[in-house]
Amino acid sequence: MTAAPFTDEELARIRADFPILTRTVRGGHPLVYLDSGATSHKPRQVLDAERGFYERTNAAVHRGAHRLSEEGTDAYEASRDTIARFIGGRASEVVFTRNATEAINLVAYAFSNAAAGGGGGHGDRFGLAPGDEVLVTEMEHHANLIPWQEACRRTGATLRWVPVAEDGRLDLTDLDDLLTERTKVFAFTHVSNVLGTLNPVTELVARAHAVGALVVLDACQSVPHLPVDVGELGVDFLAFSGHKMFGPLGIGVLWGRPELLDEMPVFLTGGSMIETVTMERATYAPVPQKFEAGVPVAAQAVGLAAACDYLTDLGLDRVHAHEQALTERLLAALATRSWVRVLGPADLCERGGAVAFTVDGVHAHDVGQVLDDRGVAVRVGHHCAWPLHRALKAQASTRASVAAYNTPGEVDVLLDALDRVPAMFGLEVHA
Amino acid sequence: MDLYQELILEHYKRPVRAGLREPFEAEVRHVNPTCGDEVTLRVHVAGRGGDAVVEDVSYDAMGCSISVASASILAEEITGGSVTHARETYEAMHSMLTSKGEDPGDEEKIGDGVALAGVAKYPARIKCALLSWMAFSDALHQAEGAQQ
Repeated sequence: MTAAPFTDEELARIRADFPILTRTVRGGHPLVYLDSGATSHKPRQVLDAERGFYERTNAAVHRGAHRLSEEGTDAYEASRDTIARFIGGRASEVVFTRNATEAINLVAYAFSNAAAGGGGGHGDRFGLAPGDEVLVTEMEHHANLIPWQEACRRTGATLRWVPVAEDGRLDLTDLDDLLTERTKVFAFTHVSNVLGTLNPVTELVARAHAVGALVVLDACQSVPHLPVDVGELGVDFLAFSGHKMFGPLGIGVLWGRPELLDEMPVFLTGGSMIETVTMERATYAPVPQKFEAGVPVAAQAVGLAAACDYLTDLGLDRVHAHEQALTERLLAALATRSWVRVLGPADLCERGGAVAFTVDGVHAHDVGQVLDDRGVAVRVGHHCAWPLHRALKAQASTRASVAAYNTPGEVDVLLDALDRVPAMFGLEVHA
Repeated sequence: MDLYQELILEHYKRPVRAGLREPFEAEVRHVNPTCGDEVTLRVHVAGRGGDAVVEDVSYDAMGCSISVASASILAEEITGGSVTHARETYEAMHSMLTSKGEDPGDEEKIGDGVALAGVAKYPARIKCALLSWMAFSDALHQAEGAQQ
């Protein structure tokens, strides 16, 4: 049985968990928040969990032997377990970072640090050298592009990319030429943060593994919105951030296959991540501690675990069904407006709930401003995906992105506000 | 919305003195990385010191109505005037746009620029309005350096 979208009663209960959704903006308009792809709001359950940690447990975890330190360490590690299980992994495979960007950098630096003889790793899977290649795609967020540009620059390896077709899906025509035995790593996004495109992960993983390449998956736009299981996907690394999935700012997650995490050299260094230290050298703690230098982000981990529990209670299949229904409503309505061009897949098939569009003759900044005037919050610009916009011949776009707390009525408010744009900017509208 | 004055939309739809022209002493390209707005701007200055005149400001602006209108207003207000006047106009525009709404702008000094006064109340848009003015200031500095 396929899951159903939330009923009005269920939606009302969900919305009551998010205090910010009751506020008004710009002269009394109710906030219509359609920018969850940038950052989501946080339910009371998450705020309470984080506040509870600071009020009752606060301690620098993994150091000290006092009672608070013990409880703090337990809370931190229990959170790791909850978050790992949320994506079908084990606690020992989860590394906490500041955000998803840092998680991807951690892997990119593993390659170039290994090439430079960095410590804490072993084996030869993480070297990069002239002649080696890194493959990304043209639809990547800058966070999954620039770390690889720089890793290639540091090591002399070559960066290549899979192009995006006009319909907003990856053009896999030449994948056999792009993905070869020279490819050491294939880094791509699960769901595009701009287009909503859901990429064929298991197919791409199979083809990458067939040539011996490791797969790094940017899951920032999938983990909050659909059931994700690292075992089913078959990837080697998966990165996501807490704040886009009802969790706190300041925490990201890197999941990795345990033997690979073990082989990787260390990235950020300092306290917490060591085994022994002399004036000349150090040896390092086992995974995951060897990647968590400095005082750990314990309160954020506790908050993120509460967010995972919250999403689990809602049911990821129902969250997905709800967001699909909202996306369908928006796509269908935009399709009737000749002056709007949707970037990316026009139908619901293999896509998530981010919908980017352009308005003929009007810049996204102006579209966003008109929407904001009615309390509608969307993202405008290139959404940290400048090369993708160039490929789709759009200077910038307006993006609406939904979450579990959005209502069909909010989609309609967006559309009403959008319909003010042609008259304001003197467009001749042909229905 | 007081942001989109009729005058701004006029400048946006029919930008004054748009396009890149010769001769010029300096060309600069400024971008607004948050939205991808870009302006390429050239200045042609004749004469030296107190007699220097901005003979031409030519530009290619890609961006929102605020950034394109601001470039158009700049070209209209600055072209044909003295370099001294250009600097005063730049200072007056900069002051108005960064005043958080406290400086309403002086029409004597900035002409159509007063139509952009509303931008100061929208922090995310100030950069759009300032983009071409920052580019002009940079280009003028380079043009004067080239004359030395």
